[in-house]
Amino acid sequence: MNENLFASFITPMMFGLPLVTLIVLFPSLLFPTSNRLINNRLISLQQWMLQLVSKQMMSIHNTKGQTWALMLMSLILFIGSTNLLGLLPHSFTPTTQLSMNLGMAIPLWAGAVITGFRNKTKASLAHFLPQGTPTPLIPMLVIIETISLFIQPVALAVRLTANITAGHLLIHLIGGATLALMSINTTTALITFIILILLTVLEFAVAMIQAYVFTLLVSLYLHDNT
Amino acid sequence: MNVPLKEKKLLEVKLGELPSWILMRDFTPSGIAGAFQRGYYRYYNKYVNVKKGSIAGLSMVLAAYVFLNYCRSYKELSESLLDCFASGGVSPDRVGLVHRLI
Repeated sequence: MNENLFASFITPMMFGLPLVTLIVLFPSLLFPTSNRLINNRLISLQQWMLQLVSKQMMSIHNTKGQTWALMLMSLILFIGSTNLLGLLPHSFTPTTQLSMNLGMAIPLWAGAVITGFRNKTKASLAHFLPQGTPTPLIPMLVIIETISLFIQPVALAVRLTANITAGHLLIHLIGGATLALMSINTTTALITFIILILLTVLEFAVAMIQAYVFTLLVSLYLHDNT
Repeated sequence: MNVPLKEKKLLEVKLGELPSWILMRDFTPSGIAGAFQRGYYRYYNKYVNVKKGSIAGLSMVLAAYVFLNYCRSYKELSESLLDCFASGGVSPDRVGLVHRLI
């Protein structure tokens, strides 16, 4: 069972062809575009949701920060839809791969920080030293703040990977436990099955929350720097 | 009226003409891309882009996605099934359930 547990996290290839590219591109099929004023139900629902999220998330930024609106909205849609699609049976979730999450986190964080250093150099450097620190503590605090700055992209990526992977693993394990218990003791199997249902509901929530958290943190890093 | 073989639709092709019809199809990259585009728009305009589209339009796509992923991982699932039998962890009548819905 151990080998089977991690089998769903292997990058899917078929006959040496990267199937993973198709899987990563699949969520884009579910978000059609339209040029009409009044659309079909699917597009209207998506547009309503997108407007809600963008108003809530971009309201804290100034004009310069709001140029990132398209990027951040695509990000939350991509992560949210990829995580939710991963909850379907047998599917592969690209966001369980650390490589992919690092590929999303590092450029976005670096973009925000470099924008800050280019446009507001003094203010960005001033972030390394909180206000009102006693003089003897200054060198140590600068080092700590630098470390905390450089750990931000790693934390973003690892947070997303760990949350989604852990959720998928738990579902596998508890599902396996339910199956194994069915022949031994049906009542315990029933309780385990109820736990499985609750866990699945949690995973739906986690899928969406993680997308939100990722995007919110990127937007906060942006806010600091514009 | 004699329609040339190249321009006939699939359902109008006679069974004897089928191999030559298949060989005459456009297998260039742009031809294949065109076929995918036509198929996408056929599905989209029939089930999603309608006045009162329902959940069925989206669910059919997701069901097909699940099915394709199952086909992709069939080999590993049946191998783990054999492992399960060998270690005595599951009885033969639970075969269907072991192809877990996870």
